Amino acid sequence: MAHIIENLLSRNDTTKAYSLLSPSLLLLIFVFAFPIFFLVAYSFWTQDYVYVDTTLTLENYKIVVNKASYHALIKRSLIISSLTTLVTVLLAYPMAYFVAFVVKDHKLLWLIALTIPFWTSYLLRVFAWKLILGYNGVINGSLSNLGLIDNPLSFLLYNPFAVFVTLAHAWSAFAILPIYVSLEKIDRSLLEAAADLGDSAFRRFWRITFPLSFPGVLAASMIIFIPTTGDFITPKLVGGSEGIMVANLIQVMFGKANNWPLGSSLAIITMTIVTLSVICFVVISRWLISRIK
Amino acid sequence: MKATSKFLTGERVLIVYAIFFLLFLYIPVLFLPLFSFSGSQYMTFPITDWTLERYVTMWKKTKLLEALYASIKVGIFASVISTILGILVARAMTRYLFPLKRTVMGFILLPMVFPEIIMGVGLLIFVIFVGMQLSLITVTAGHILICLPFSTVILISRFEGFDRSLEEASLDLGENAWQTFRRITFPIVGSGILASLLLTFTISFDEFLIAFFLSGDDPTLPIYIYGQLRHVKNIPYMLSLGSIILLVSFVTISFAEWIRRRGMSSKKVYGLFE
Repeated sequence: MAHIIENLLSRNDTTKAYSLLSPSLLLLIFVFAFPIFFLVAYSFWTQDYVYVDTTLTLENYKIVVNKASYHALIKRSLIISSLTTLVTVLLAYPMAYFVAFVVKDHKLLWLIALTIPFWTSYLLRVFAWKLILGYNGVINGSLSNLGLIDNPLSFLLYNPFAVFVTLAHAWSAFAILPIYVSLEKIDRSLLEAAADLGDSAFRRFWRITFPLSFPGVLAASMIIFIPTTGDFITPKLVGGSEGIMVANLIQVMFGKANNWPLGSSLAIITMTIVTLSVICFVVISRWLISRIK
Repeated sequence: MKATSKFLTGERVLIVYAIFFLLFLYIPVLFLPLFSFSGSQYMTFPITDWTLERYVTMWKKTKLLEALYASIKVGIFASVISTILGILVARAMTRYLFPLKRTVMGFILLPMVFPEIIMGVGLLIFVIFVGMQLSLITVTAGHILICLPFSTVILISRFEGFDRSLEEASLDLGENAWQTFRRITFPIVGSGILASLLLTFTISFDEFLIAFFLSGDDPTLPIYIYGQLRHVKNIPYMLSLGSIILLVSFVTISFAEWIRRRGMSSKKVYGLFE
């Protein structure tokens, strides 16, 4: 008897929950799932001048697989975003550690100061770097006004390095938050116990703090790696022809080149590679961390 | 004693590092407002002629005003709708146990980590395929999608601290559902709702890529700015416009973050990404 009532109640809970969730789920189905489904469908179709031929074919995938310039672009995107991820996480870790363990009085203020860039216009933050690194920009212009250089330093803008610097700056605040959360959760008595038992500060960090904060490091890496691989605006504004990335190619396919099916297959391939890289990264790093413990 | 002083050295190094980190985070962006007051065409030091001219004349550009108006419209609809949806999701997530709870949560949060370019082109294909026109309505739909994970996370962290017995007590004491909502529920979760409205408005207002693919002939403000960046003579105006946007979002975000985190326990002070 009791479990029947329990069942009824829980079914009631399920109905209530799903009726609250239904508008959001409908939105996700129409604005997210269907578009991705059509993107996949398009990638198996072909562009026939103005019309789209809906016969299923692997033609687009063959083009992408056989074209060396596309490979180079995808490889460059992955290299730039991996480097960005590595550097931002390394820069953010001490900062997150500082807020979690050292700051006592104005924690809220520090957190807000570190979060504000996260919410402000990405376009404007990238634009700022264009101003700084440009041919007539802050660095070049000021150096030549001071008579230190005759010609602008052309290596500053329109190359992969400029893309990397801009991305690292734009995303470093994003890495702090997840790392901070995982550090804040660590039970301080574990560290005290280790100290009482004679562990050095380094050993305490390496054997307790770091492994326990690792989920945050992992989350931060994914939050940065996934969107930066598909970043459009940074390579467009500061990358030049040397620094463009795969998202720029996808955009060209949907714009000037007007080959939506090829653009779709590029998008699907990029997404698949990113997903596989993330899975590999998570599996390998989890294994490494278990070795430390 | 020795151990203590060593620890303090470590702390001091971290403080210096933290200050440098903040400078690194903020200084590049501050070049925008700084050079917006320069009369020169080039962004170089030293700045010789200071002027407010751009701040005065930029309002005469009708295209700018149209784009600003478009962004405000889209932002209001996107923030209100995503916050309402977020309230419903947060209510379901914090109140009920139901099958596939984690899966549903993951699905709702997925757009937060999904590459925007792929959402953008997917939406473009879908909109054209079903025969709709690209307009501010399609942009708004896309913006609701990317705002929903944020409003959900913000509101869940508010709803979690909510003691349900307060509502029950109010109902037991004879208040009706509306009075209970007005006098108990809203004051407690109200700050979360306001924070969600402000932050999702900011996300929508600044969003570029979805709008780039979906706006058609009605550019939002970021699309307008992007178009202007190609002409060197227009860049100074984008500096003054950008500075105003940065200032307004700075004030809005600081306020929203403050009301959002006020009164939360220190462990939960950062609700996002938990």
